[in-house]
Amino acid sequence: MDVTFQFDWAAAFRSIPFLLPGIPWTLLISFGGLAIGFVIGIVFGLMRISRSRWLSIPALFYIEIFRGTPILVQVLFIFYGLPQLIDRPINALAAGIAAIAVNSGAYISEIVRGGVQSIERGQREASLSLGLSRSQAFTYVIWPQAFRRMIPALGNQGIISIKDTSLFSVIGVGELVRQGQIYIATTFTALEVYFMVAMLYLAITWTLSIVLRQLERRGLVGQ
Amino acid sequence: MNTPQRPTHGQPIVEMRKLNKHFGSLHVLKEIDLSVTPGEVVVVIGASGSGKSTLIRCINGLEEFQSGMLDVDGNRLVPLGKSTKALQTIRTEVGMVFQQFNLFPHLSVLDNITLAPMKVRGQSRQEAEATAKRLLTRVGIADQAQKLPTQLSGGQQQRVALARALAMEPRLMLFDEPTSALDPEMIGEVLDAMRELAREGMTMVIVTHEMGFAREVADRVIYIHKGEITEQGPPEQLFDAPQHERTKSFLARVLKH
Repeated sequence: MDVTFQFDWAAAFRSIPFLLPGIPWTLLISFGGLAIGFVIGIVFGLMRISRSRWLSIPALFYIEIFRGTPILVQVLFIFYGLPQLIDRPINALAAGIAAIAVNSGAYISEIVRGGVQSIERGQREASLSLGLSRSQAFTYVIWPQAFRRMIPALGNQGIISIKDTSLFSVIGVGELVRQGQIYIATTFTALEVYFMVAMLYLAITWTLSIVLRQLERRGLVGQ
Repeated sequence: MNTPQRPTHGQPIVEMRKLNKHFGSLHVLKEIDLSVTPGEVVVVIGASGSGKSTLIRCINGLEEFQSGMLDVDGNRLVPLGKSTKALQTIRTEVGMVFQQFNLFPHLSVLDNITLAPMKVRGQSRQEAEATAKRLLTRVGIADQAQKLPTQLSGGQQQRVALARALAMEPRLMLFDEPTSALDPEMIGEVLDAMRELAREGMTMVIVTHEMGFAREVADRVIYIHKGEITEQGPPEQLFDAPQHERTKSFLARVLKH
Protein backbone atom coordinates (compact mmCIF):
# COMPACT_ATOMS: atom_id res chain seq x y z
CA MET A 1 0.00 0.00 0.00
CA ASP A 2 1.22 3.48 -0.84
CA VAL A 3 1.97 5.90 1.91
CA THR A 4 -0.33 8.85 1.37
CA PHE A 5 -0.50 12.21 3.09
CA GLN A 6 -4.24 12.41 2.67
CA PHE A 7 -6.00 13.75 5.74
CA ASP A 8 -8.55 11.12 6.73
CA TRP A 9 -11.53 13.06 8.11
CA ALA A 10 -13.37 9.87 8.91
CA ALA A 11 -10.50 8.72 11.11
CA ALA A 12 -10.43 12.13 12.79
CA PHE A 13 -14.12 11.99 13.65
CA ARG A 14 -13.91 8.34 14.69
CA SER A 15 -11.40 9.35 17.36
CA ILE A 16 -13.75 11.84 19.01
CA PRO A 17 -15.67 9.38 21.20
CA PHE A 18 -12.38 8.11 22.47
CA LEU A 19 -10.94 11.56 23.12
CA LEU A 20 -13.98 13.06 24.84
CA PRO A 21 -13.49 11.19 28.14
CA GLY A 22 -10.17 13.06 28.39
CA ILE A 23 -11.93 16.40 28.59
CA PRO A 24 -13.32 16.04 32.14
CA TRP A 25 -9.82 15.15 33.34
CA THR A 26 -8.29 18.09 31.57
CA LEU A 27 -10.93 20.39 33.04
CA LEU A 28 -10.68 18.87 36.51
CA ILE A 29 -6.90 19.24 36.63
CA SER A 30 -7.00 22.76 35.12
CA PHE A 31 -9.77 24.27 37.16
CA GLY A 32 -9.01 22.34 40.34
CA GLY A 33 -5.40 23.47 40.11
CA LEU A 34 -6.33 27.03 39.16
CA ALA A 35 -8.81 27.35 42.03
CA ILE A 36 -6.12 26.36 44.52
CA GLY A 37 -3.59 28.46 42.58
CA PHE A 38 -5.87 31.48 42.92
CA VAL A 39 -6.01 31.09 46.70
CA ILE A 40 -2.22 30.63 46.79
CA GLY A 41 -1.87 33.67 44.52
CA ILE A 42 -3.95 35.90 46.78
CA VAL A 43 -2.08 34.81 49.90
CA PHE A 44 1.43 35.05 48.43
CA GLY A 45 0.65 38.11 46.33
CA LEU A 46 -0.46 39.99 49.43
CA MET A 47 2.47 38.66 51.46
CA ARG A 48 4.74 39.98 48.71
CA ILE A 49 3.31 43.50 49.16
CA SER A 50 3.53 43.35 52.94
CA ARG A 51 5.91 45.73 54.64
CA SER A 52 6.99 42.87 56.90
CA ARG A 53 10.04 41.05 55.55
CA TRP A 54 8.91 37.91 57.37
CA LEU A 55 6.06 37.79 54.91
CA SER A 56 7.48 39.32 51.75
CA ILE A 57 10.74 37.35 51.55
CA PRO A 58 9.18 33.85 51.85
CA ALA A 59 6.64 34.90 49.20
CA LEU A 60 9.44 36.07 46.94
CA PHE A 61 11.22 32.72 47.34
CA TYR A 62 8.06 30.79 46.55
CA ILE A 63 7.38 32.85 43.43
CA GLU A 64 10.95 32.65 42.15
CA ILE A 65 11.17 28.88 42.69
CA PHE A 66 7.91 27.88 41.05
CA ARG A 67 8.07 30.45 38.28
CA GLY A 68 11.69 29.65 37.57
CA THR A 69 11.43 25.88 37.14
CA PRO A 70 9.60 24.00 34.34
CA ILE A 71 6.16 22.71 35.20
CA LEU A 72 7.12 19.34 33.68
CA VAL A 73 9.93 19.01 36.22
CA GLN A 74 7.55 20.09 38.98
CA VAL A 75 4.99 17.41 38.16
CA LEU A 76 7.66 14.72 37.79
CA PHE A 77 9.09 15.78 41.14
CA ILE A 78 5.68 15.59 42.80
CA PHE A 79 4.64 12.29 41.17
CA TYR A 80 7.93 10.34 41.23
CA GLY A 81 10.08 12.30 43.70
CA LEU A 82 7.82 13.07 46.63
CA PRO A 83 6.61 9.46 47.13
CA GLN A 84 10.20 8.49 47.90
CA LEU A 85 10.28 11.20 50.53
CA ILE A 86 6.95 10.43 52.18
CA ASP A 87 7.15 6.69 51.50
CA ARG A 88 3.75 6.33 49.87
CA PRO A 89 2.51 6.73 46.29
CA ILE A 90 0.80 9.90 45.10
CA ASN A 91 -2.24 9.65 42.90
CA ALA A 92 -1.55 10.98 39.38
CA LEU A 93 -4.62 13.20 39.40
CA ALA A 94 -3.62 14.76 42.73
CA ALA A 95 -0.07 15.27 41.43
CA GLY A 96 -1.42 17.03 38.33
CA ILE A 97 -3.71 19.31 40.31
CA ALA A 98 -0.91 20.09 42.76
CA ALA A 99 1.50 20.95 39.94
CA ILE A 100 -0.99 23.35 38.32
CA ALA A 101 -1.77 24.82 41.74
CA VAL A 102 1.79 25.61 42.77
CA ASN A 103 2.82 26.70 39.30
CA SER A 104 -0.16 28.96 38.51
CA GLY A 105 -0.07 30.12 42.15
CA ALA A 106 3.36 31.63 41.57
CA TYR A 107 2.24 33.53 38.48
CA ILE A 108 -1.08 34.56 40.04
CA SER A 109 0.84 35.95 43.05
CA GLU A 110 2.52 38.37 40.70
CA ILE A 111 -0.79 39.19 39.01
CA VAL A 112 -2.35 39.92 42.41
CA ARG A 113 0.61 42.03 43.48
CA GLY A 114 0.51 44.04 40.27
CA GLY A 115 -3.26 44.45 40.44
CA VAL A 116 -3.32 45.67 44.01
CA GLN A 117 -0.34 47.96 43.51
CA SER A 118 -1.93 49.49 40.42
CA ILE A 119 -4.71 51.05 42.50
CA GLU A 120 -3.95 54.71 43.12
CA ARG A 121 -2.76 55.57 46.61
CA GLY A 122 -5.60 58.07 46.89
CA GLN A 123 -8.17 55.26 47.05
CA ARG A 124 -6.64 53.93 50.22
CA GLU A 125 -6.18 57.42 51.67
CA ALA A 126 -9.79 58.33 50.98
CA SER A 127 -10.94 55.10 52.64
CA LEU A 128 -8.80 55.63 55.72
CA SER A 129 -9.83 59.28 55.94
CA LEU A 130 -13.44 58.11 56.18
CA GLY A 131 -12.58 55.97 59.18
CA LEU A 132 -12.48 52.60 57.43
CA SER A 133 -9.92 50.23 58.90
CA ARG A 134 -7.09 49.03 56.71
CA SER A 135 -8.77 45.68 56.17
CA GLN A 136 -12.11 47.34 55.35
CA ALA A 137 -10.34 49.64 52.89
CA PHE A 138 -8.87 46.57 51.25
CA THR A 139 -12.09 44.55 51.18
CA TYR A 140 -14.50 47.21 49.98
CA VAL A 141 -12.34 49.60 47.99
CA ILE A 142 -8.96 48.24 46.88
CA TRP A 143 -9.71 44.59 46.11
CA PRO A 144 -12.86 45.04 43.96
CA GLN A 145 -10.99 47.47 41.74
CA ALA A 146 -7.78 45.44 41.69
CA PHE A 147 -9.68 42.27 40.79
CA ARG A 148 -11.26 43.90 37.74
CA ARG A 149 -7.85 44.94 36.52
CA MET A 150 -6.55 41.43 37.10
CA ILE A 151 -9.15 39.69 34.92
CA PRO A 152 -7.24 39.83 31.60
CA ALA A 153 -4.04 38.54 33.18
CA LEU A 154 -5.92 35.84 35.09
CA GLY A 155 -7.55 34.78 31.84
CA ASN A 156 -4.14 34.45 30.24
CA GLN A 157 -2.92 32.34 33.13
CA GLY A 158 -6.03 30.15 32.93
CA ILE A 159 -5.40 29.43 29.27
CA ILE A 160 -1.73 28.72 29.88
CA SER A 161 -2.55 26.32 32.71
CA ILE A 162 -5.16 24.47 30.64
CA LYS A 163 -2.55 23.86 27.98
CA ASP A 164 0.06 22.92 30.59
CA THR A 165 -2.10 19.98 31.66
CA SER A 166 -1.20 18.34 28.32
CA LEU A 167 2.24 17.69 29.80
CA PHE A 168 0.71 15.46 32.44
CA SER A 169 0.27 12.68 29.90
CA VAL A 170 3.75 11.72 31.13
CA ILE A 171 2.44 10.68 34.51
CA GLY A 172 -0.42 8.74 32.95
CA VAL A 173 -3.43 10.91 33.82
CA GLY A 174 -6.14 10.15 31.25
CA GLU A 175 -6.42 13.73 30.05
CA LEU A 176 -6.81 14.73 26.39
CA VAL A 177 -3.29 14.11 25.14
CA ARG A 178 -3.00 10.82 27.00
CA GLN A 179 -6.29 9.64 25.49
CA GLY A 180 -4.98 10.61 22.07
CA GLN A 181 -1.74 8.72 22.58
CA ILE A 182 -3.55 5.56 23.65
CA TYR A 183 -5.84 5.75 20.65
CA ILE A 184 -2.98 6.37 18.22
CA ALA A 185 -1.10 3.35 19.62
CA THR A 186 -3.76 1.10 18.09
CA THR A 187 -4.84 3.06 15.01
CA PHE A 188 -1.61 4.82 13.85
CA THR A 189 -3.61 7.91 12.87
CA ALA A 190 -1.35 10.48 14.55
CA LEU A 191 -2.10 13.30 12.10
CA GLU A 192 -5.86 13.11 12.48
CA VAL A 193 -5.95 12.42 16.19
CA TYR A 194 -3.51 15.13 17.25
CA PHE A 195 -5.43 17.51 15.01
CA MET A 196 -8.62 16.63 16.87
CA VAL A 197 -6.84 16.94 20.21
CA ALA A 198 -5.72 20.44 19.22
CA MET A 199 -9.28 21.32 18.18
CA LEU A 200 -10.64 20.19 21.52
CA TYR A 201 -8.09 22.36 23.37
CA LEU A 202 -9.16 25.28 21.21
CA ALA A 203 -12.79 24.61 22.05
CA ILE A 204 -11.98 24.80 25.75
CA THR A 205 -9.75 27.87 25.58
CA TRP A 206 -12.08 29.78 23.23
CA THR A 207 -14.98 29.15 25.56
CA LEU A 208 -12.92 30.51 28.41
CA SER A 209 -11.89 33.55 26.34
CA ILE A 210 -15.50 34.35 25.52
CA VAL A 211 -16.58 34.04 29.16
CA LEU A 212 -13.71 36.30 30.21
CA ARG A 213 -14.53 38.90 27.59
CA GLN A 214 -18.08 39.02 28.92
CA LEU A 215 -16.81 39.36 32.48
CA GLU A 216 -14.45 42.12 31.46
CA ARG A 217 -17.08 44.00 29.52
CA ARG A 218 -19.32 43.96 32.54
CA GLY A 219 -16.55 44.48 35.07
CA LEU A 220 -14.70 47.30 33.39
CA VAL A 221 -17.64 49.67 33.53
CA GLY A 222 -16.76 52.30 36.07
CA GLN A 223 -13.01 52.11 35.76
CA MET B 1 4.60 84.98 64.44
CA ASN B 2 1.30 86.67 65.07
CA THR B 3 -1.21 85.48 67.58
CA PRO B 4 -4.64 85.42 66.00
CA GLN B 5 -6.86 88.18 67.35
CA ARG B 6 -10.14 86.39 67.30
CA PRO B 7 -12.68 85.04 69.77
CA THR B 8 -12.23 81.39 70.54
CA HIS B 9 -15.09 78.96 70.86
CA GLY B 10 -13.81 76.86 73.72
CA GLN B 11 -11.04 74.29 73.68
CA PRO B 12 -9.02 73.98 70.47
CA ILE B 13 -10.06 71.03 68.30
CA VAL B 14 -6.59 70.77 66.78
CA GLU B 15 -3.51 71.37 68.87
CA MET B 16 -0.11 70.95 67.26
CA ARG B 17 3.08 71.54 69.23
CA LYS B 18 6.61 71.61 67.85
CA LEU B 19 5.71 69.13 65.15
CA ASN B 20 8.55 67.96 62.92
CA LYS B 21 8.20 65.87 59.80
CA HIS B 22 10.94 64.47 57.58
CA PHE B 23 10.79 62.70 54.24
CA GLY B 24 14.16 60.96 54.37
CA SER B 25 16.68 63.76 54.60
CA LEU B 26 14.13 66.42 53.68
CA HIS B 27 12.82 68.38 56.65
CA VAL B 28 9.27 69.05 55.46
CA LEU B 29 7.69 70.53 58.57
CA LYS B 30 9.74 72.44 61.12
CA GLU B 31 8.59 73.02 64.69
CA ILE B 32 5.01 73.67 63.69
CA ASP B 33 2.72 75.16 66.35
CA LEU B 34 -0.88 75.36 65.30
CA SER B 35 -4.16 75.37 67.08
CA VAL B 36 -7.61 75.48 65.53
CA THR B 37 -10.69 76.34 67.56
CA PRO B 38 -14.14 74.90 66.85
CA GLY B 39 -16.00 76.88 64.21
CA GLU B 40 -12.83 78.43 62.86
CA VAL B 41 -11.98 78.45 59.14
CA VAL B 42 -8.23 78.35 58.63
CA VAL B 43 -6.74 78.70 55.17
CA VAL B 44 -3.18 77.55 54.57
CA ILE B 45 -1.32 79.15 51.67
CA GLY B 46 2.20 78.78 50.35
CA ALA B 47 4.22 77.76 47.32
CA SER B 48 4.08 74.18 46.08
CA GLY B 49 6.47 72.03 48.07
CA SER B 50 6.20 74.33 51.07
CA GLY B 51 4.68 71.54 53.19
CA LYS B 52 1.13 72.87 53.39
CA SER B 53 -0.50 69.65 52.16
CA THR B 54 1.73 67.57 54.41
CA LEU B 55 0.66 69.74 57.33
CA ILE B 56 -3.03 68.99 56.98
CA ARG B 57 -2.36 65.33 56.12
CA CYS B 58 -0.69 65.01 59.54
CA ILE B 59 -3.94 66.05 61.21
CA ASN B 60 -5.75 62.87 60.17
CA GLY B 61 -2.66 60.71 60.25
CA LEU B 62 -2.20 60.19 56.52
CA GLU B 63 1.35 61.33 57.21
CA GLU B 64 3.23 60.35 60.30
CA PHE B 65 5.57 62.80 61.99
CA GLN B 66 8.91 62.31 63.71
CA SER B 67 8.61 64.51 66.75
CA GLY B 68 6.25 66.85 68.51
CA MET B 69 2.70 66.54 69.70
CA LEU B 70 -0.66 66.51 67.97
CA ASP B 71 -4.00 66.47 69.69
CA VAL B 72 -7.19 66.23 67.66
CA ASP B 73 -10.43 66.58 69.60
CA GLY B 74 -8.88 65.05 72.68
CA ASN B 75 -7.17 62.20 70.83
CA ARG B 76 -3.41 62.24 71.09
CA LEU B 77 -1.26 61.26 68.11
CA VAL B 78 2.30 60.34 68.94
CA PRO B 79 5.32 60.46 66.60
CA LEU B 80 5.99 57.65 64.11
CA GLY B 81 2.42 56.50 63.81
CA LYS B 82 2.25 54.34 66.92
CA SER B 83 -1.26 55.41 67.90
CA THR B 84 -3.66 53.15 66.04
CA LYS B 85 -6.63 53.53 68.37
CA ALA B 86 -6.51 57.33 68.56
CA LEU B 87 -5.94 57.45 64.80
CA GLN B 88 -9.06 55.43 64.13
CA THR B 89 -11.15 57.74 66.33
CA ILE B 90 -9.68 60.84 64.73
CA ARG B 91 -10.41 59.60 61.23
CA THR B 92 -14.06 59.00 62.02
CA GLU B 93 -14.34 62.58 63.29
CA VAL B 94 -12.24 64.37 60.70
CA GLY B 95 -13.38 64.50 57.09
CA MET B 96 -11.11 65.14 54.14
CA VAL B 97 -11.57 66.32 50.58
CA PHE B 98 -8.70 65.62 48.19
CA GLN B 99 -7.35 67.38 45.13
CA GLN B 100 -8.03 64.34 42.94
CA PHE B 101 -11.48 63.66 44.51
CA ASN B 102 -10.54 60.02 45.14
CA LEU B 103 -14.07 58.80 44.67
CA PHE B 104 -14.44 55.02 44.52
CA PRO B 105 -14.86 54.38 40.77
CA HIS B 106 -16.49 50.96 41.18
CA LEU B 107 -19.30 52.27 43.39
CA SER B 108 -22.27 54.46 42.49
CA VAL B 109 -22.41 57.98 43.86
CA LEU B 110 -24.86 56.81 46.51
CA ASP B 111 -22.70 53.83 47.53
CA ASN B 112 -19.64 56.08 47.71
CA ILE B 113 -21.44 58.10 50.35
CA THR B 114 -23.07 55.26 52.31
CA LEU B 115 -20.03 52.96 52.54
CA ALA B 116 -18.34 54.49 55.59
CA PRO B 117 -21.51 55.28 57.59
CA MET B 118 -22.60 51.65 57.14
CA LYS B 119 -19.24 49.95 57.74
CA VAL B 120 -17.79 52.30 60.35
CA ARG B 121 -20.83 53.76 62.11
CA GLY B 122 -22.92 50.62 61.69
CA GLN B 123 -25.86 52.48 60.15
CA SER B 124 -28.53 50.55 58.26
CA ARG B 125 -28.61 50.96 54.49
CA GLN B 126 -31.92 52.77 54.77
CA GLU B 127 -30.57 55.25 57.30
CA ALA B 128 -27.32 55.82 55.40
CA GLU B 129 -29.14 56.33 52.09
CA ALA B 130 -31.52 58.84 53.60
CA THR B 131 -28.56 60.87 54.88
CA ALA B 132 -26.76 60.49 51.54
CA LYS B 133 -29.74 61.79 49.57
CA ARG B 134 -30.14 64.74 51.91
CA LEU B 135 -26.43 65.60 51.47
CA LEU B 136 -26.61 65.22 47.69
CA THR B 137 -29.53 67.63 47.63
CA ARG B 138 -27.53 70.01 49.75
CA VAL B 139 -24.59 70.01 47.31
CA GLY B 140 -27.00 70.30 44.39
CA ILE B 141 -26.68 66.90 42.67
CA ALA B 142 -29.59 64.89 44.05
CA ASP B 143 -30.38 63.58 40.57
CA GLN B 144 -26.98 61.88 40.12
CA ALA B 145 -27.20 59.36 42.97
CA GLN B 146 -27.29 56.23 40.82
CA LYS B 147 -24.50 57.26 38.44
CA LEU B 148 -20.92 56.15 38.57
CA PRO B 149 -18.38 58.84 39.50
CA THR B 150 -16.79 58.84 36.03
CA GLN B 151 -20.12 59.85 34.50
CA LEU B 152 -19.98 63.13 36.41
CA SER B 153 -18.08 66.35 35.73
CA GLY B 154 -15.09 67.21 37.89
CA GLY B 155 -17.05 69.77 39.86
CA GLN B 156 -19.85 67.30 40.51
CA GLN B 157 -17.34 64.64 41.55
CA GLN B 158 -15.76 66.97 44.06
CA ARG B 159 -19.17 67.81 45.49
CA VAL B 160 -19.87 64.08 45.86
CA ALA B 161 -16.53 63.79 47.68
CA LEU B 162 -17.64 66.58 49.99
CA ALA B 163 -20.99 64.86 50.63
CA ARG B 164 -19.15 61.58 51.27
CA ALA B 165 -16.99 63.21 53.94
CA LEU B 166 -19.97 64.99 55.51
CA ALA B 167 -21.94 61.74 55.77
CA MET B 168 -19.67 60.76 58.65
CA GLU B 169 -20.78 63.93 60.48
CA PRO B 170 -17.24 65.15 61.01
CA ARG B 171 -16.31 67.70 63.66
CA LEU B 172 -13.55 69.04 61.43
CA MET B 173 -13.08 69.14 57.65
CA LEU B 174 -9.73 69.17 55.87
CA PHE B 175 -9.49 70.35 52.26
CA ASP B 176 -6.33 69.58 50.29
CA GLU B 177 -6.38 71.87 47.26
CA PRO B 178 -9.99 70.95 46.49
CA THR B 179 -10.23 73.00 43.29
CA SER B 180 -6.74 72.55 41.83
CA ALA B 181 -7.71 69.65 39.56
CA LEU B 182 -10.86 71.35 38.27
CA ASP B 183 -11.55 73.13 35.02
CA PRO B 184 -11.91 76.85 35.74
CA GLU B 185 -15.67 76.91 35.09
CA MET B 186 -16.24 74.29 37.78
CA ILE B 187 -14.26 75.89 40.57
CA GLY B 188 -17.13 78.18 41.56
CA GLU B 189 -19.63 75.43 42.31
CA VAL B 190 -17.21 73.67 44.67
CA LEU B 191 -16.24 76.89 46.43
CA ASP B 192 -19.95 77.71 46.82
CA ALA B 193 -20.54 74.41 48.59
CA MET B 194 -17.56 75.07 50.87
CA ARG B 195 -18.74 78.61 51.53
CA GLU B 196 -22.10 77.29 52.66
CA LEU B 197 -20.43 74.77 54.92
CA ALA B 198 -18.36 77.53 56.52
CA ARG B 199 -21.51 79.60 57.04
CA GLU B 200 -23.07 76.69 58.89
CA GLY B 201 -20.20 76.81 61.36
CA MET B 202 -18.10 73.81 60.26
CA THR B 203 -14.50 73.90 61.47
CA MET B 204 -12.35 73.83 58.35
CA VAL B 205 -8.67 73.72 57.50
CA ILE B 206 -8.21 74.47 53.82
CA VAL B 207 -5.14 74.35 51.62
CA THR B 208 -5.87 76.37 48.51
CA HIS B 209 -4.53 78.69 45.85
CA GLU B 210 -7.86 80.52 45.59
CA MET B 211 -6.84 83.76 47.27
CA GLY B 212 -10.16 85.50 46.70
CA PHE B 213 -11.96 82.65 48.40
CA ALA B 214 -9.44 82.68 51.26
CA ARG B 215 -9.93 86.37 51.82
CA GLU B 216 -13.69 85.98 51.88
CA VAL B 217 -14.12 82.82 53.97
CA ALA B 218 -11.09 82.52 56.23
CA ASP B 219 -11.03 83.60 59.85
CA ARG B 220 -7.29 83.15 59.75
CA VAL B 221 -4.76 82.71 56.95
CA ILE B 222 -1.49 80.91 57.50
CA TYR B 223 1.44 81.42 55.14
CA ILE B 224 3.87 78.53 55.17
CA HIS B 225 7.31 78.66 53.60
CA LYS B 226 9.78 75.77 53.43
CA GLY B 227 8.04 73.91 56.22
CA GLU B 228 7.74 76.85 58.59
CA ILE B 229 4.80 79.07 59.46
CA THR B 230 6.17 82.42 58.38
CA GLU B 231 3.15 84.49 59.15
CA GLN B 232 -0.51 84.16 60.11
CA GLY B 233 -3.42 86.43 60.82
CA PRO B 234 -6.87 87.53 59.69
CA PRO B 235 -7.12 87.68 55.89
CA GLU B 236 -7.32 91.47 55.68
CA GLN B 237 -4.10 91.75 57.68
CA LEU B 238 -2.22 89.02 55.85
CA PHE B 239 -3.30 90.04 52.36
CA ASP B 240 -3.29 93.81 52.76
CA ALA B 241 -0.50 94.36 55.25
CA PRO B 242 1.83 91.34 55.30
CA GLN B 243 4.65 91.73 57.80
CA HIS B 244 7.28 89.49 56.24
CA GLU B 245 9.22 90.00 53.04
CA ARG B 246 8.63 86.40 52.01
CA THR B 247 4.89 86.73 52.45
CA LYS B 248 4.93 89.92 50.40
CA SER B 249 6.84 88.39 47.54
CA PHE B 250 4.66 85.25 47.56
CA LEU B 251 1.48 87.32 47.48
CA ALA B 252 2.91 89.56 44.77
CA ARG B 253 3.48 86.46 42.65
CA VAL B 254 0.10 84.82 43.18
CA LEU B 255 -2.07 87.94 43.15
CA LYS B 256 -0.50 89.40 40.01
CA HIS B 257 -2.69 87.41 37.64
